[in-house]
Amino acid sequence: MANKLIVSLSPHVHSGDSVQKNMYGVIIALLPALLVSFYMFGLGAVVVTLTSVAACVFFEWAITKFILKREACTICDGSAALTGLLLAFNLPSNLPLWIIIIGALFAIGVGKMTFGGLGCNPFNPALVGRIFLLISFPVQMTSWPTVQQWTAYTDAETGATPLALMKMAVNGDTTALSQLPDTMSLFLGNNPGCIGEVSALALLLGLAYMLWKKIISWHIPVSILATVFVFAGLLNLIDPVAYASPLAHLFTGGLMLGAIFMATDYVTSPMTHKGMIIYGVAIGFLTVVIRNFGAYPEGMSFAIFIMNAFTPLINTYCKPKRFGEVKK
Amino acid sequence: MDLILVAVISLGVIGLISAVILFVASKKFAVYEDPRIAQVAEVLPQANCGGCGFPGCNGFASACVKAADAGSLEGKLCPAGGTPTMEKIAAILGMEAVASEPKIAVVRCNGSCENRPRTAVYDGAKSCAIAHTTSGGETACAFGCLGCGDCVEACKFDAIHMNPETGLPEVDEEKCTACGACAKACPRRIIEIRPKGKNSRRMVVMCVNKDKGAIANKACKVSCIGCGKCVKVCPFEAITLENNLAYIDPAKCKSCRKCEPECPKGAIHAVNFPPRKPKVEAPADTTPKAAPAPKAEAVKAPEAPKAEA
Amino acid sequence: MKTFRIGGVHPAENKLSAGKAIETLALPKQAVFPLSQHIGAPATAIVKKGDVVKVGTKIAEAGGFVSAAIFSSVSGKVNKVDSIIDASGYRKPAIFIDVDGDEWEETIDRSTTLVKECNLKPEEIVAKIKDAGVVGMGGACFPTHVKLSPPPGCKAECVIINAVECEPYLTADHRLMLEKADEILVGVSILMKAVNVTKGYIGIENNKPDAIKLMTEKAAQYSNIEIVPLKVKYPQGGEKQLIDAVIARQVPAPPAIPINVGAVVQNVGTAYAVYEAVQKNKPLFERVVTVTGKSVKNPSNFLTRMGTPMSQLIEAAGGLPEDTGKVIGGGPMMGKALLNTEVPICKGSSGVLLMNDKEAARAAESPCIRCAKCVSVCPMGLEPFLLATLSAKKDWERVEKEDVMSCIECGSCQFTCPSHRYLLDYIRLGKGTVGGIIRARNAKK
Repeated sequence: MANKLIVSLSPHVHSGDSVQKNMYGVIIALLPALLVSFYMFGLGAVVVTLTSVAACVFFEWAITKFILKREACTICDGSAALTGLLLAFNLPSNLPLWIIIIGALFAIGVGKMTFGGLGCNPFNPALVGRIFLLISFPVQMTSWPTVQQWTAYTDAETGATPLALMKMAVNGDTTALSQLPDTMSLFLGNNPGCIGEVSALALLLGLAYMLWKKIISWHIPVSILATVFVFAGLLNLIDPVAYASPLAHLFTGGLMLGAIFMATDYVTSPMTHKGMIIYGVAIGFLTVVIRNFGAYPEGMSFAIFIMNAFTPLINTYCKPKRFGEVKK
Repeated sequence: MDLILVAVISLGVIGLISAVILFVASKKFAVYEDPRIAQVAEVLPQANCGGCGFPGCNGFASACVKAADAGSLEGKLCPAGGTPTMEKIAAILGMEAVASEPKIAVVRCNGSCENRPRTAVYDGAKSCAIAHTTSGGETACAFGCLGCGDCVEACKFDAIHMNPETGLPEVDEEKCTACGACAKACPRRIIEIRPKGKNSRRMVVMCVNKDKGAIANKACKVSCIGCGKCVKVCPFEAITLENNLAYIDPAKCKSCRKCEPECPKGAIHAVNFPPRKPKVEAPADTTPKAAPAPKAEAVKAPEAPKAEA
Repeated sequence: MKTFRIGGVHPAENKLSAGKAIETLALPKQAVFPLSQHIGAPATAIVKKGDVVKVGTKIAEAGGFVSAAIFSSVSGKVNKVDSIIDASGYRKPAIFIDVDGDEWEETIDRSTTLVKECNLKPEEIVAKIKDAGVVGMGGACFPTHVKLSPPPGCKAECVIINAVECEPYLTADHRLMLEKADEILVGVSILMKAVNVTKGYIGIENNKPDAIKLMTEKAAQYSNIEIVPLKVKYPQGGEKQLIDAVIARQVPAPPAIPINVGAVVQNVGTAYAVYEAVQKNKPLFERVVTVTGKSVKNPSNFLTRMGTPMSQLIEAAGGLPEDTGKVIGGGPMMGKALLNTEVPICKGSSGVLLMNDKEAARAAESPCIRCAKCVSVCPMGLEPFLLATLSAKKDWERVEKEDVMSCIECGSCQFTCPSHRYLLDYIRLGKGTVGGIIRARNAKK
């Protein structure tokens, strides 16, 4: 025999699944939304996306190599590129380059690497970057260009987003809701907003892909969307003039993006199905509360951020049902 | 003015009442702790290594105080602090220190990559405990060091390190406190806590292989094959042979070194002795524990035991 | 289609030898019988050097109640009682017999006629099974007579036969069902009689449609035996998973055992061994072994005498490929990697699987990304990532609190982990340590 035999404990076979496969799977699922954003926002979307991805990958590489001084290179696992893509999806397409780079540095540097890198971060790094930018640069972060200005970048004309209109309605403007685009164009993404969040249809395609490839389970997105639908629906029933219809809530802002891609981040979401549903319901509830009663028009990122903090607690108390366990 | 007076008086009264409550509480709920325990704990190393067999240094301190009340400190030893610490404790407690020999951890395996040919490859978690449950290991010796470094991890004093060349752990005699954590961590019980010996000199059988001679001989160049030559040559009956394995009782050994050249496989090491007379070639000093065994002996080794077996 | 309710994975089936009829392997030159081939106390050798034995001669006596006798599978002379490296990777005591001819004990009925009638009382059946050294043939090797003697207060309600063969590659049970269907069904009837129940189930995964069809046809002639087709899912062959799949009852956490929910589970190979032991007076000394692997020339199923070295089986299947990296005794999910190919076939050896270097090497570990896939595939509803981390940190108290003792070591977690973490390595360490702690605690009481 040519070789020495290898001894190891069972199992001796592996499913072939890997971190890369999962990360690139999510990136593939993001492609429809990316294409829609290129169509809607043109050049601006391309510039913002490329900058964000390149900056995130660069910072991951630089921090691993020069600050942590680790041998293994982690940029190949695709997690940094994914963070960059998700961060870009959460930015308006007319954001100046320097702000994007600061956001990427914060997302990777503070959101991920300070905690030890992949798998150790308590908060979704892309969200950390977005919330940091939203608080630091509120003007730039909340002036969204209107759609289909293909060659414009920072000079693009801006317009009011559906969410801003919905907020105005809550604050007493009785005509605001009538200015909302119709539900179909909201669904397709023909309205101002962050790069990746406008088209609910494209994001749902991504969800279907991820469910098919078993990258995520249905529990988190479905529980978030159902909660938002029910809670927003109740408010709408109480006062249809002040509170927008539940469908408008579902198809506007970062709700779809958040529910499908941000909240389902492996590292920062609960581990058990029961926990995932609690987490999803809480996110949906908080989102509607912030949208209707908070200072910001959009509450998705804050809701996910808050529930990220609760994930360890949920993990501690939501154990999977043990085999043969008798209900008490 | 009134305002200030009212404030001062009311605060003063609140303070007074609180003070009284605190005083009563401290008396009523006081837990008596022998002050000597704190004194003893102070002289302990506070590494909480558990080498003494008690839960941490405070546990050991209270055990010492209890033992002192019972009349003797015998059997109590802080292996990390050694005799000086025990003397201090004895002084605090007004007792006489019970002399104890200084001890040290000894890795009883010399199966380096060179001495012990690899016959298989272990592929799994880097933990001796896990490798031990997987199989007999990468070599034909199912008793020797697995080399994953559980002992290194267990040491709280940075006193044991893997030598990448031999693949075996080495004890730093300066730092080792003989707390026994490594001995406990080793799934194969290779590490023994032995008396350090006079001038740190000691005789050790560097093998724990209990296989029959022929199998042990095949597995490793420097294994004990249980031939019993050392037992015969020892003038003090310090060496016993059990399960094909020789063991030198440190209490009986007088370090005469007669057994060392007798061992056909060079498994008996004389540690920290000056090299034998100059006729021996330059002692193999590459590793601190390498025996100054004559090289000719080692080369001849494989033939001798065959006759035995 | 029925299956168990929690978790599970579906590894590539790779049943390469499913179409190969069982061949009888030539006798070895020397047969080696390790004394502990089963769970429980090792057997005690009752022969010594120079003794002459026949095929079927008892050579080692059971070492206690939870133990089993060992019978010679060859005729010849005892060479020595020494030690050999067995599947555990350690040297264990064993009896070496030099083969000379093939002379059987006269009591064994060597005819192939089917004996259906069995008029023995339950106790007599159990005694006969015990005297034949029959153990669970699925791999765990639990002595069969112990399973057939329910502890006081427990009453068996049904016998479930494990014909799932959920391990990839292995086909020994599949072939046995196709070729010895009647014998197996008689064996099942005997087992039902032994524990005094009127219901027997045979669970077969539906990747063996031919076996399901044949067994269903034949089972019509026997009363109260039902064939249950099951959806293909690993680890359906686990005792607890099989009970859940077939009769939808879940065995509570240890120390509860299957009999607590009224089930007696036996492997299909065991049912055949029981038939031979009770109806043909033939002790357990041969079994069907699958020799397989992607690099093996002729993946085959051999009827093999115990004590034959695995190298002989590999030779018969086309020889050991040059690039062999791992030799596994059993299937790829739960089998043991062997130190050499001289390990003898034992009562629990269901297969020999060869893997080349590339298949054999494990990928490097990367950090846990908390994807929770291990949690969702764990058939026992545990949290493997947590158990592994706690075990690595040696926090035994918490490992125990997180129900490590429920782990069945099926390997689904490690199989599915995208970070290739050695989850089961650590969980096994935790389970072993906690098991020791619990035993010590019970001993103190």
